[in-house]
Amino acid sequence: MPVDVVHGVPVWRKRNRRQTLLTYLGYLIAAVTVLVAFRFISGQTLWFFVLDAPEQVADLIGRMFPPRWSYTQRLWGALWDTINIATLGTLIAIVISVPVAFLAARNTTPHRVLRQVAMLIIVSSRSVNSLIWALLLVSVIGPGLLAGVIAIALRSVGFCSKLLFEAIEEVNPRPLEALASAGASGGQIVTYGITPQVLPAFAGIVLFRWDINIRSSTVIGLVGGGGIGVQLNASINALQWSQVSVIFAMIIFLVVVAEWVSAKVRGAIQ
Amino acid sequence: MSAVAAPSRTPPRWHPKPAIRNPWLRYGLLLGGLVYLVLAFATIDVNWNRVVQGVDRARVLFAGLFRPDFMSRYEFIQIGILESVAMTVVSTALGVVLAIPFAFGAARNIAPLPVYLVCRAIIAVSRSFQEIVVAIVFVVMVGFGPLAGVLTLAFGSIGFLGKLLAEDIEDIEPSQLEAIVATGGSWFQAMAYGVVPQIMPRFVGLSVYRFDINFRASSVIGIVGAGGIGGALNTSIARYEYGTTSAILLVIIALVYAAEYASAAIRKRVQ
Repeated sequence: MPVDVVHGVPVWRKRNRRQTLLTYLGYLIAAVTVLVAFRFISGQTLWFFVLDAPEQVADLIGRMFPPRWSYTQRLWGALWDTINIATLGTLIAIVISVPVAFLAARNTTPHRVLRQVAMLIIVSSRSVNSLIWALLLVSVIGPGLLAGVIAIALRSVGFCSKLLFEAIEEVNPRPLEALASAGASGGQIVTYGITPQVLPAFAGIVLFRWDINIRSSTVIGLVGGGGIGVQLNASINALQWSQVSVIFAMIIFLVVVAEWVSAKVRGAIQ
Repeated sequence: MSAVAAPSRTPPRWHPKPAIRNPWLRYGLLLGGLVYLVLAFATIDVNWNRVVQGVDRARVLFAGLFRPDFMSRYEFIQIGILESVAMTVVSTALGVVLAIPFAFGAARNIAPLPVYLVCRAIIAVSRSFQEIVVAIVFVVMVGFGPLAGVLTLAFGSIGFLGKLLAEDIEDIEPSQLEAIVATGGSWFQAMAYGVVPQIMPRFVGLSVYRFDINFRASSVIGIVGAGGIGGALNTSIARYEYGTTSAILLVIIALVYAAEYASAAIRKRVQ
């Protein structure tokens, strides 16, 4: 640790002069980057519309309250659809992600080329948001629950496969060696050696993804994917903000319950 | 060598134990699951005519996806990407700065109960809503454009960083904090020298991770007019210009991956 002598008294410093200057240079670059980015955004913004934001907020809140609770009656169907989109999407994702994960894991992949194909599937699934998947699917197969379910499934495949293949790569190799030396076939090694080791982790991954999918499926209707988002979109377009606040309350309720269920079940199985 | 007596009967075949021991519960859950599946699938009413029509469109889509067209909408793509990147930078900086007081307020070991409850409530609201819903509200407030996007992503960052950082503050080693208080350190000094050094690596790691998340989100909130590449993407799909769609998707995937690798590399260094 460098020491400065101030009035004959040694003062300890965390960094020497060079490190200090470099640190400040780093802060300066970060600050300039943020300011340049902000200038760009400011240039793309119509500040005229921003100035009346406080009035807009007051107006919006005035319209949202009191919520029209009678509208709840018409939301139960949409809520059921929302849960189904998330659950069926997750189930389809499980079916697809298990083989993809086994192809992607270094210790179980049959061939290096197949591993790259599996990685490509994982990469493209993971980097495209479920709303974008839904936009594409709605334009192909039309609006409705089916588009939502497939969009959720496509986005979840990458997530589940990635976490599962990492779990497969980390299995303890000794049970597998024991099985192989006892003459087990490849399929038997997977069934009795790998599956028991990754099953608890996979169940946790799936429940975690289900929780995320419940959140996504509340908005997938905004682009035509079915569920409560359809009602949200309709209410916003009709400027029925007293209905929008009911839908918001419902979404919070659903998300909180789903998070609780997911955490409870994960706690119970692990 | 005397012959070993052959076992009189084949040993019983071994079966793995069932996960749920109680058979009633086991088969009950299975039955319940099946009933749910039937009910759930029944709610999806598929318009098969529409799907058949879609097959043609899917062909065009796939053809377009394999022939990305960067040039015909070059300007929209360029502006959209610049906006997405700028939104990510500003909103992460803003979100990180705003999240710090909420994180300290939401840590039970250093905040008084009323402050704790208020901060936890705000964090819970921020975490419950999808970015896109928040974006709709901000678009109503400040108009179309990237400013709404910046506010949306900053709001989301508050919930994310506030919650995770508060948990880290609750997990700190209390003796260091006590030592500083015992030597007469003020509240501010106790925070600066007792708490901050302990959470700094996690703080940097989480901020970088949130940068990554904000970039992913910035590519979708444009769908509702909050700026970024999502708007151009939405338009290209609505116009069936799948070549442009494909180009935009490729750019998003490339940038998401660049951000993820950079973020992972930085997190590995600081932790």
